[in-house]
Amino acid sequence: MTVIEETSLSGVRDAAPAPADIAVEQARHAPEPLRPRRIGGVSRAGVLSLCGAAASGLCVTVLLFGQLAPFSGALGFTVTAYVVFLAIYAVLTGLDEDGQAVRDRVMTVVLWTAAALLFSGLFMVVGFTGWRGKEALPHANFFTEDMQASGPLDPLTHGGIAHAMLGTLTMIAIALAITVPLGLACAVYLNQIPGRFSRFVRTIVEAMTALPSIVAGLMVYATWILGLGMQKSGLAAGFAISVMMLPIVIRASDVVLRLVPGNLTEAAEALGAPRWRTVWHVVLPTARSGLATAVILGTARGIGETSPVLLTAGFTAALNADPTSGPMVSLPLAVFNFVKSPEPTMIARGFGAAAVLMALVLVLFVIARVIGGRGPGHQTKRQARRTARASRQDVRRFEDLHAPGLSLFESPGGPHPTGTALSAPATGETD
Amino acid sequence: MASAQEESDRPESGRSESGEPASGIPGTGTAEPDRAESDRPEPGRAEPGGAGTEGSGTGEAVPGRPEVQELTPRRLNAARGLGDRVFRYQLTATGIAVLAVMAGVGLFLLLRAGQALRARGFAFLTTAEWQPDVHNFGIAAVMTGTILIALVAVSISVPLAVGAALFISDVAPPGLRRTLVSMVDLMAAVPSVVYGLWGLFFFQQHVIGLSRWLSTWFGWIPLFQVDGAQPGEPLASESVYTASTFIAGIVVALMVAPIQCSVMREVFSQAPAGEREGAYALGATRWGMIRAVVLPYGKGGIIGGTMLGLGRALGETIAVYMIISPVFTIQLHILQTGSNSVSSLIALHYGDASTFGMSALMAAGLALFLLTLAVNFTASSVVARSRSGAQSEA
Repeated sequence: MTVIEETSLSGVRDAAPAPADIAVEQARHAPEPLRPRRIGGVSRAGVLSLCGAAASGLCVTVLLFGQLAPFSGALGFTVTAYVVFLAIYAVLTGLDEDGQAVRDRVMTVVLWTAAALLFSGLFMVVGFTGWRGKEALPHANFFTEDMQASGPLDPLTHGGIAHAMLGTLTMIAIALAITVPLGLACAVYLNQIPGRFSRFVRTIVEAMTALPSIVAGLMVYATWILGLGMQKSGLAAGFAISVMMLPIVIRASDVVLRLVPGNLTEAAEALGAPRWRTVWHVVLPTARSGLATAVILGTARGIGETSPVLLTAGFTAALNADPTSGPMVSLPLAVFNFVKSPEPTMIARGFGAAAVLMALVLVLFVIARVIGGRGPGHQTKRQARRTARASRQDVRRFEDLHAPGLSLFESPGGPHPTGTALSAPATGETD
Repeated sequence: MASAQEESDRPESGRSESGEPASGIPGTGTAEPDRAESDRPEPGRAEPGGAGTEGSGTGEAVPGRPEVQELTPRRLNAARGLGDRVFRYQLTATGIAVLAVMAGVGLFLLLRAGQALRARGFAFLTTAEWQPDVHNFGIAAVMTGTILIALVAVSISVPLAVGAALFISDVAPPGLRRTLVSMVDLMAAVPSVVYGLWGLFFFQQHVIGLSRWLSTWFGWIPLFQVDGAQPGEPLASESVYTASTFIAGIVVALMVAPIQCSVMREVFSQAPAGEREGAYALGATRWGMIRAVVLPYGKGGIIGGTMLGLGRALGETIAVYMIISPVFTIQLHILQTGSNSVSSLIALHYGDASTFGMSALMAAGLALFLLTLAVNFTASSVVARSRSGAQSEA
């Protein structure tokens, strides 16, 4: 928080005691270089002025709202208190710092506030959903039953969201079956076959990353349901989610693949591996954790989308395990439909379903963080051990090959293996 | 970008033409970055033409020597194997398939929308009502609503996102940074229906006070005007402030801020360490350093992130649909109840639409699609042209 440390000049004066007038001269004319700047860290003066400003800001606001002015409202109180706090903090800092430092301190507080606002927003959204969801979540039937036999007036002990959970899993499985092969192959294409066309594809994919999800739903609705005359089904919803997820997965995998070190692929090519073997055995394994993260983050986005499903899946209260026929419902769509009802139990169900959805996204996210987050080529401890084991095995294998008595090679002690007829062509491939 | 015309093949082909190893270090020296850059399209780095002339220049000097025969590079044609050819064709086919899907989105919307667009012509853009069955419909109201919601969202989210991104990249304790980055990414993955729930059941009651305050004191600005408001009346109904563009905009702002924040943070953290330390060495405070180094460097990222968020805000459906109450007039008073957006129009009417009504909805979807596409293209070109654009992933 503090930028300038309060160090006295005495130490510097002591260092050059003999030409005292010079030291005094220095101290008078150029005091700035003698005070080392400290970036970050906490100082007592900083904390005290922060606390003092906060306390007086609060007091002034209480005075304003309670006694002096006809203000009211919690939001107004907070904002006024914050503004007063900032002003007092600037003044307090200005007592013993210059303008630069005052601006720095104030902006530091402002940046802390911006971040705090953003993250408190997240906590409020997630926390509110979980808190309102606790009404429905303790009932076991909420996870095992569907809503076929339960009406809006039934208590929470009847009915559940099993149909929506199954629907979500089915749809996301369909979407993954389409997006993972297609998306990863397209990302490999963008990276491995550079050219004008692949640049064009990359531009289009990047522009499509923010494709409105309802447009993806409309597209599938226009082609699959209106064009081909199919009925609304889980399959159509899976298609719609795929259209939405595909650019996200391609984009994220493309970024990850670009980070694969060039010397690894060059080494593979120098060993004579064809391009597809290089990709299969070097590029993809190196980027595996990053690719998994890309796919999982795409899945998290796909699971939470309501609007493509809204247009293509129809709505049902019954459990439907067949994605090819009949309407199917997903968790976000179920939430959306539950909270449209004015009944408190239905709204509670909606929040319960939203909490389940949040939990699902959270789990996916944690998995993505656990397996991903490392750059390409960075191994976990287990992977490193496995690699070391394989390497030791190779060493043993080579030693066995070179062991005296085997006719394949001469003993390693020999200067040049030119003895047997078998080894001659083997050593010929030196260039 | 223009430098990579001929690099559609394996990089080796470029290397064989760009200088013989006979010329020693310089030849291979120019060939190496050529190969390294060929996989990512960075502007103006590798120049096959320049390398080629250099190769021919050294080639003139070399022929007299006898050892030139041995030093001629072997022609590499490993890529011509059957496996690789199949691999290449398959990958190219995948690229074409993805492109077809993406182009299909626009194409099929256009195809389906044709009927409605032909029926209405230019009036489609200027009509506010939505009565497709009597051929009286247009996107003037919904488009205005969409853009207003997105503008409210962006003007609230950008300061938050810039602040949070600067906080993560420069102010936060280093031990906390990774956690914060993960949390921002998690926020970006929270389903929009959850944001909608929060906005509808929690946020709306709490923000009405702000709406009333704004309309009371700034009602003279047309944007903040509220018809039917009774500022002096303590018992006046607050329903004129609910379900407004403003509330929807705030909820959408909370939704797009993490996306913007993660793009901006990425760019800010790439600001060159040398320049940061140079600023510190010249005596800058941290904020001085941020203003002098990080913000100018990250300008492209800020603009790109903003546009990306704008694109998302324009297309947001469910959260907006849950909060607003749809009106089909051009509603410019953002604090007043009633608003509309293209995506919530589609979500509202797709179920009961006739064939012609569906075509009209497709036309509205097409308009939204084109709008987001334009915003996204602007975003990516701004980011690509900025100084930080070469590395950033915006």
